Amino acid sequence: MKILYFAWLRERLNRAGDDVSPPAEVKTLADLITWLRANDEALDLAMANPKQFKLSKNARIVPWETPIADADTVAILPPMTGG
Amino acid sequence: MIIISNAPFDPGALLTAFQANHPEAGAAVTFTGMVRSTLDRPITALILECYPELAQNEIATIRAAAIARFNLIDAAILHRYGRLVPGEPIMQVMTLASHRQAAFDGAQYLMDYLKTDAPFWKQEETAAGTEWVEAKAADDTARDRWGQ
Repeated sequence: MKILYFAWLRERLNRAGDDVSPPAEVKTLADLITWLRANDEALDLAMANPKQFKLSKNARIVPWETPIADADTVAILPPMTGG
Repeated sequence: MIIISNAPFDPGALLTAFQANHPEAGAAVTFTGMVRSTLDRPITALILECYPELAQNEIATIRAAAIARFNLIDAAILHRYGRLVPGEPIMQVMTLASHRQAAFDGAQYLMDYLKTDAPFWKQEETAAGTEWVEAKAADDTARDRWGQ
């Protein structure tokens, strides 16, 4: 599974993404975030206020409860400041 | 029309092309966002990061919702990314409708959603370095006035 980070999150982690293989009990995006944070102290700190982040699956913004599979690309999106 | 691009654009030429061949339209509204540098907070550039594939999809959803809700004849969005200097246009929203109220409302709606729901992130470049622009609660409030 491919994970993408953007903007200040990317900068704080010092990388634009990761390839991960979550265990079978990771079934939703919310599960994935919990699992990623448990395994990465920098990500855990950066996501201390998790509700401010939107998540996308395969380039569509979706709810945190959305199921995920190994072939998915997931992005963690800090609050957007376009326009 | 949706354009996500790192190239400069000509706001007037974009509008002229958008307005062409729509004899049924009675109103066109254009909003052009520009890079701003003030005496209080002088910046040398604005650097915009983007997730282009997601931006294309999200803006398409927002555009379709605006067209349906305000009965627009057409709507177009161009948004740039990359490094832009003060005075340069960042983005442009254009709407075409039978009458002015729908054209204005459609453009406002598009802008309010683009601010909070399109995956762009601004970084201000100053003499001291670069700093990420913080999201504003007022932008969420502006979007939420439209309901679901």
